[in-house]
Amino acid sequence: MTAETGGAPPVRRWRARLRAMFLRSEAIRGYTLLSPTLLVMAFSMGVPLAIMVVMSFWTQHGFEFDTTLSFTNYGDAVDRPIYEKLLLRSLWISGACTAATVLLSYPMAYYVAFHVHRRKMIWIILMTLPFWTSYLLRVFTWKIILGFNGVINSGLKGLGLIDQPLEFLLYSPSAVVITLTHAWAAFAILPIYVSLEKIDRSLLEAATDLGDGPVARFLRVTLPLSLPGVIAATVLIFVPTVGDYVTPALVGGPDGMMLANLIQAYFGKINNWPMGSALAITMMIVVGLISLIYFWLARKVTERTI
Amino acid sequence: MNKDVSYIQRRNRPLHIYALVFLGYLYIPVLFLPLFSFNDSIYIAFPMKGLTLQWYQSMFENEPMFAALMNSVRVGMVSSTLATILGVLGAKAVTRYRIPGQKSVVFVIMLPLVIPGIILGVALLILMSRLGVTLSLYTVTMGHILLCVPFAMATLISRFEGFDKSMEEASADLGENAWWTFLRVTLPMVFPGVVASLLLCFTVSFDEFILAFFLAGTDPTLPIFIWGQLRFPDRLPSVLALGACILVVSFAVVFLSQWLARYDTDKYSPDK
Repeated sequence: MTAETGGAPPVRRWRARLRAMFLRSEAIRGYTLLSPTLLVMAFSMGVPLAIMVVMSFWTQHGFEFDTTLSFTNYGDAVDRPIYEKLLLRSLWISGACTAATVLLSYPMAYYVAFHVHRRKMIWIILMTLPFWTSYLLRVFTWKIILGFNGVINSGLKGLGLIDQPLEFLLYSPSAVVITLTHAWAAFAILPIYVSLEKIDRSLLEAATDLGDGPVARFLRVTLPLSLPGVIAATVLIFVPTVGDYVTPALVGGPDGMMLANLIQAYFGKINNWPMGSALAITMMIVVGLISLIYFWLARKVTERTI
Repeated sequence: MNKDVSYIQRRNRPLHIYALVFLGYLYIPVLFLPLFSFNDSIYIAFPMKGLTLQWYQSMFENEPMFAALMNSVRVGMVSSTLATILGVLGAKAVTRYRIPGQKSVVFVIMLPLVIPGIILGVALLILMSRLGVTLSLYTVTMGHILLCVPFAMATLISRFEGFDKSMEEASADLGENAWWTFLRVTLPMVFPGVVASLLLCFTVSFDEFILAFFLAGTDPTLPIFIWGQLRFPDRLPSVLALGACILVVSFAVVFLSQWLARYDTDKYSPDK
């Protein structure tokens, strides 16, 4: 009895102190509020990815997994040329698509940032609206347009410009590039627009006052200051498109197949999940490394120009 | 805009034309879906044959399609609601408290935007099979929550930043506790953002294909159902009709959400 009454005040004081610390510390309160979101996101990405890494060291035997760890899958991934070929093609197609998207979108973002003065919001919404509609349907649209008997071929034939349908349009790497470029435009426009909009207009006036013409002004002031947006756009498009398999499956044909199609097959028809995991992880590592090198190079370039 | 700077912002006709062409490039391909959905032929080619509504009629009589539609609506409603709740918590924490490591926290939450969909899809598939969870609409919903939270956060952060923090402080000074401050001051001011986030997340989930492809069990969502139909050439016109309907609804919902996200932010803005 005496021991309990003697023990209670320290506990209460302890609790009061904790409470005071909780209320005083902004960081703790912030993290408490943030914790549900952060935990859900961290767990639902971290745990599956960790299990996938472990599984990539297993091997498939018939319908069973051999759970002894080995590098067999990664050895296969390096040895057999088909993987390297598909990975290189994925990188090449995404690279082309990224370059095309950024180049096409830059003038558009520039126009809205500098030449639209009223109803800017409407322009921004208009430019990003198609992006929010079904990805599957947009890819399917291009299948209709580029098809053997599709919109372009039947249209050109109807106009008497060609006799035979142009076969190279559909089921080729270029069809994949065209489709992806159209599908990811919003990811390029928005970051570039934001970085252009942030540019202090008086810098442009200063450049003009000091004798720069429009071209010199663009190259020496506007372009360097908008590079962060361009860099963000590049990564935002390159990384997800490397792993796309819907577009190649619908419009790519055998020559347009990418690594992601093979990964999907390993988790489907071929049913070799460990090998699929190993390929997925290899792809992530390669894309991650390329992005890091790119960021490093980009920082070097921007440091020098600004 | 100030008239004095007009020599920099002189009208640029080529750029103006380019902008219009670019908008055409964005929209015209998408418009072929509704255009050919009225075409009286199962071949999608010029010249068009004649007007018909039969594809819409056959769409309305399609029972499996309606089941898939209802599945997508259910998944979309649950995942957009949960993602928005997580987004409100996260956005308030990030904008109202100075917390160490804030940039990396936001980076982690935004990661699903840049991780290729196939990686997330197969990783979640492996997790579910290791845990022995049967694939169903619940697993699709989980995947969609993961995908929607970054969109909810992005929408809500800009909304939270758009109004003055001192209003919350005033409420606290006048004796409201944290809950009532949130309910009576914060929530009404961010409410358009919450609606925008709900609409946006619903669209993202409703149109999402890649995660659903790996995580759906026997009940398909609408995109999965469409994917299944693409193999049959004679069903393409019905898919076109369905696609046209989805496009119209998506456009309307997204336009509304984007408009709401920016609606009267200046009323509460700190500059005023």
